[in-house]
Amino acid sequence: MVPPTTTNPSLSLTEEGNEQTLYQKIGGICIAIAVLSLVAAISGVGGAYSFLLLTIIIGMFTLGVVSYALPYYKGPAGIRNNGIMFKTMTNRGTIAWIFAIVLTGFYIIIYWFPWMFEGLIRIFDPLSRLLTNQPANQWFMYGAFYTLAVLTMGIRFIGKNRNSRYHVIRTFSVMFFQLGFAFLLPMFLKKLNEPEFYFSYFWPLKFSYLFPSDVSSLINSGSLGVFMVFWGAVMTFIATPILTYKYGKRWYCSWVCGCGGLAETAGDPYRHLSDKSLKAWKIERWMVHSVLVLITVITILLWLNSYYKGGILGSVSGPFAQWYGFFIGGVFSGVIGVGFYPIMGSRVWCRFGCPMAAILGIFQRFKSRFRITTNGGQCISCGNCSTFCEMGIDVRSYAQKGQNIVRASCVGCGICASVCPRGVLKLENGKEEGRINDKPITIGNNHITVNL
Amino acid sequence: MPQHIVIIGNGISGITCARNVRKQSNDDITVISSETEHFYSRTALMYIYMGHMKYEHTKPYEDWFWQKNRIQLVKDYVTSINVNGKNVLLQNGASINYDKLVIATGSVSNKPNFTGINLIGVQSLYGMPDIELMNENTRGIEKGVIVGGGLIGIEMAEMLLSRNIHVTFLVRENFYWDNILPKEEATLVSNHIKEHHVDLRTATELKEIKGARKVKSIITNEGEEIACEFVGITVGVSPNISIIKNTEIEADKGVLVNEFFETNIPDIYAIGDCVQHRNPPPGRKAIEQIWYTGRIQGETLAATLCSKKTAYNPGPFFNSAKFFDIEYQTYGKVNPQQGENETSFYWEHKNGRICFRAVYRKDNEAIIGFNALGTRLRHAVCDKWLQEKRKIDDVMSNLDQLNFDPEFCDHYEKEILSAYNKQTMKNIKGKKRRKLSLFNW
Ligand SMILES: Cc1cc2nc3c(=O)[nH]c(=O)nc-3n(C[C@H](O)[C@H](O)[C@H](O)COP(=O)(O)OP(=O)(O)OC[C@H]3O[C@@H](n4cnc5c(N)ncnc54)[C@H](O)[C@@H]3O)c2cc1C
Ligand code: SF4
Ligand code: SF4
Repeated sequence: MVPPTTTNPSLSLTEEGNEQTLYQKIGGICIAIAVLSLVAAISGVGGAYSFLLLTIIIGMFTLGVVSYALPYYKGPAGIRNNGIMFKTMTNRGTIAWIFAIVLTGFYIIIYWFPWMFEGLIRIFDPLSRLLTNQPANQWFMYGAFYTLAVLTMGIRFIGKNRNSRYHVIRTFSVMFFQLGFAFLLPMFLKKLNEPEFYFSYFWPLKFSYLFPSDVSSLINSGSLGVFMVFWGAVMTFIATPILTYKYGKRWYCSWVCGCGGLAETAGDPYRHLSDKSLKAWKIERWMVHSVLVLITVITILLWLNSYYKGGILGSVSGPFAQWYGFFIGGVFSGVIGVGFYPIMGSRVWCRFGCPMAAILGIFQRFKSRFRITTNGGQCISCGNCSTFCEMGIDVRSYAQKGQNIVRASCVGCGICASVCPRGVLKLENGKEEGRINDKPITIGNNHITVNL
Repeated sequence: MPQHIVIIGNGISGITCARNVRKQSNDDITVISSETEHFYSRTALMYIYMGHMKYEHTKPYEDWFWQKNRIQLVKDYVTSINVNGKNVLLQNGASINYDKLVIATGSVSNKPNFTGINLIGVQSLYGMPDIELMNENTRGIEKGVIVGGGLIGIEMAEMLLSRNIHVTFLVRENFYWDNILPKEEATLVSNHIKEHHVDLRTATELKEIKGARKVKSIITNEGEEIACEFVGITVGVSPNISIIKNTEIEADKGVLVNEFFETNIPDIYAIGDCVQHRNPPPGRKAIEQIWYTGRIQGETLAATLCSKKTAYNPGPFFNSAKFFDIEYQTYGKVNPQQGENETSFYWEHKNGRICFRAVYRKDNEAIIGFNALGTRLRHAVCDKWLQEKRKIDDVMSNLDQLNFDPEFCDHYEKEILSAYNKQTMKNIKGKKRRKLSLFNW
C-alpha cells in the first residue's frame, strides 16, 4: 500500500551541498587574490605598480575560473548540472544575492560615479596606451573586464559542454567576436584616430548607428567612416533578414552578439533562473516590442527633425534620445541585464529589453527556416529543457505534445537540446513547410492518425 | 447531463486521460492522488536528487492549469472502492461518487524477502517520498550498493555518483540489462558503467543485508561481504493493485482489462502501469510499465469515455533511456536473442560508445526493429518504415533520413553502410546525404 505523504517536496530538498574539490579550492583562492587586488587598486594604491596589479588581477581571475572549470574537462564528457539547485551561488542563496548587489553596484558606479573607480581605471593605463595610445577611461576598463569574463567563462562553458560540437563552435565564435570585434578592433581604430566603431553591433541594439548625428559624424570622419555607415545599414536592413531567414535568430544572439556572448558564458551558471511562467511570457512580449517601437519612433523622429532642420520638434527629440540611451541602453541592458544575473537569470535584457532581439524574433517567428524539431513521441516530460532555457521558454510544453518549437524569443543556444536526456530536440534549418505543427501529434498511438 | 469521471492516480496515464477528456467533453473530472498535489514527471525524479531540477521544475503544467481546465484535484488516498454504490472512500473519511471510474494507480517497487531488507539505509525508488528518504539515507555517506540491473538501478547509480558516493552495482545477468538488450549493446553499456568507476558485479546476486539498525554491509551469493551504508533495491516494479484486492474487480498481477481498458465491472476502467491486458496487442507485453504506454493508454481511454469507443491500438513499440552519458533508443522489436526468422545487422563505432542495430526478417527482409546507442534516430521515420515493413536494403540506403543527431555531429552513415555491405556481401549505394544543414540554403 502506498501511504499518503504529507511532506512538501519543494521545501525539503534544498540544502544538499556538493563538497568542494581541490580544484575549486585553488580556484577560490585565486579569485580571492584577484578580488583583493581589485579592492587594493580601487583604493588607489595601484598607481606605482599598475602593470603588476593588472597582471595579478587578470592572471588570478583567469587561473581561478579555469581551475573551477577543470573538473569539466576531466572524465567522460556529458551533461553535469549536479547540485545547481543546491548551491547558494546558483540557487539565489546568500552568496548569489551578495554577488548580484556587487555586480549591480559595479554598473551603477561605472555609469554614474566613475570617479570612484579612478584608482582601478589607472592600472589599465599601460594596456590602454598599448592598444589605443590613450590613457584608460571607465569604458576601456569595462570593456577589458567584459572581454575577460567572456573568455574565461567561455573556457568553462566549453569544458562543460564539450560533448556537443555545436556548443564548442558557437562559444569560440562569441569569444572571437567579443575579443576581436567588440574590443581589440575598436581600440585599434581609436589608435589610428578613426572612429571607435563596433562592427558586430547594429541598429537597433546599437541604436545611435542610425541616428543622424552618428551618421553625419562618421561620414565626416573620412572614407572608413563612410564604409562604417554603409556596413551598419547593410547589416540592419539586408544581412539581418537574410541570415535570420536562413539560420534563425541564433546567428546573432548566440554566435556574434556581445550581450549574448556574456550571457552564454559568464551567465551560464544562472540560465535556469529565468521565469518560465505564461505570465512572464506575456510581459516579455509587451515589453520587448514596446522597446522596439520606441527606438524606431525615436530614430524616425530624429531623421525627420534633422531633415526639417529642427522644424518639427525643435530640440525635444535630442533629449528624448538621450533619455532612451540612459534608461534602455544603460539601466536596462547593464544594471538590470547583467547585475541581476544571479537572481533573474542571464538573458533578462535579451528577453525583455533588446530591440534587436525583438526584430530578429519577428523574422524568426514568421519567416525563417529555423525550428527546434521534436522527435516524435519520445519526450518524457522531465522538464530539463524548460528548466535550462535561458529565455524562459517552456520547451517541454511543445515537446510533450510532439510539436516543434518555433518561438520568437528562442536564441538557438541549443542548451535545451543538449540537456534533454532523451535526445528529443534538434535545432534545424529546414524547409519552411511543416515547420510549425500545431496539432498535437502522437506518434506511437495508431488510433490517432498521424500526418508525417 | 455531464457525467462525473473520477480518476485515481495523477501520473502520466491518469492525467493524460483527464486532459483528453476535457478537450472532448464537458464532463466533470476529479483526479484523486496521494503522492503529490500536482502532476509531476516521475521520470525526472533522479534529477531532483542530483540537483539539476527542483520538484516545481518537474511539473509539466503550471498550477493554475487545473482549475482553468476544470479538472478538480483531490490530494488524498483512496482506501476502498464501493463497486455497487459507485463511490470511492478517501482516507479523510469523505466519499466521492462516480459515474465512471478510472484506476491509474501506477506501480509499486518490488520488495524481495532478504534478511535485513528493513534496515535503515535500504530502500527502493519509485516516488517523491523515496527521494526524500534517499536524501536522508545518503547524507554524508561514502559507499552504496545497488541491487538489480534495470533502468531504475542505473539511474540510482548515477544519482549516488553525483554526490561522490562510491557505487557497487550487483547485476544478476552476465551483462547489464542483457535480458532486454542484445549482448553487444549490453556489453557496450557495461563498459560505459565501468568507465564511470562503478564497481559493476555481473552474474552476482544479493544474499543478505547485514547491520544492527542501519545497514553495514551486504553479502553476495558468492559469499563476499561488501561494506556499505546504503542499499538501493531496484528489482523491478509491480502493478499497484492494493485497493482493488478486496473488490470484485478482477486482477491477476495487474488490473485485468480488455482492449477498451474495461475491467470486468461496468464503468470501471484501468490504464497505465497498473494494467494487465487480457489480450495484449500483437507483439506487446500484457504489462508494460513505461511512460509512453501510460500516455497512449490515457489518450485512448479518453476517447472511449467521451462516447467514441476506441480500442487500444498502439503503433510500433518505442522506448528510450540514458545510461550515464549514452542515450539509448529502441523502435519496433529488438529481442535480446534473435528469433527464428530474424536476423540483424549491428555496427559499432571504434570508440565503443556508439552503435546501431537493425533487425529484419530473414524471409522477406522487412525491417522489424532498431536499436541505437550514442546516436539518435528520427521517431517519425522509424515509425513509418516499421509500419511500411520497409526492406532492409532500402533502410540502409536512406540512413540519413533516419538520423536525428545534432548539427555539427560526425556522421556515420557511410561507415555503417559499408559495414553492412561487407557483412551481407551486397553493394547498396547510399542516397546522397544533404549538406551540413547549417550551410545549405
Ligand atoms: C525512477 C523512475 C524512472 C523512470 N524512468 C522512465 C523513463 O525514462 N522512461 C519510461 O518510459 N518510463 C520510466 N519510468 C516508468 C514510468 O514513470 C511509469 O511507467 C509511469 O510513471 C506510470 O504512470 P502511471 O500514470 O501509470 O502511474 P504513476 O505515475 O505511478 O501514478 C500513479 C499515482 O497514483 C497514486 N496512487 C496510487 N494508489 C492510490 C490510491 N489508492 N489513492 C490515491 N492515489 C493513489 C500514486 O501515489 C501515484 O502518484 C520510470 C519510473 C521510475 C520510478
Ligand atoms: S528554446 Fe532551447 S535553443 Fe531556444 S533559447 Fe531556449 S534553450 Fe536555447
Ligand atoms: S528535456 Fe527532453 S524529455 Fe525532458 S521534457 Fe524536455 S524534451 Fe521532454
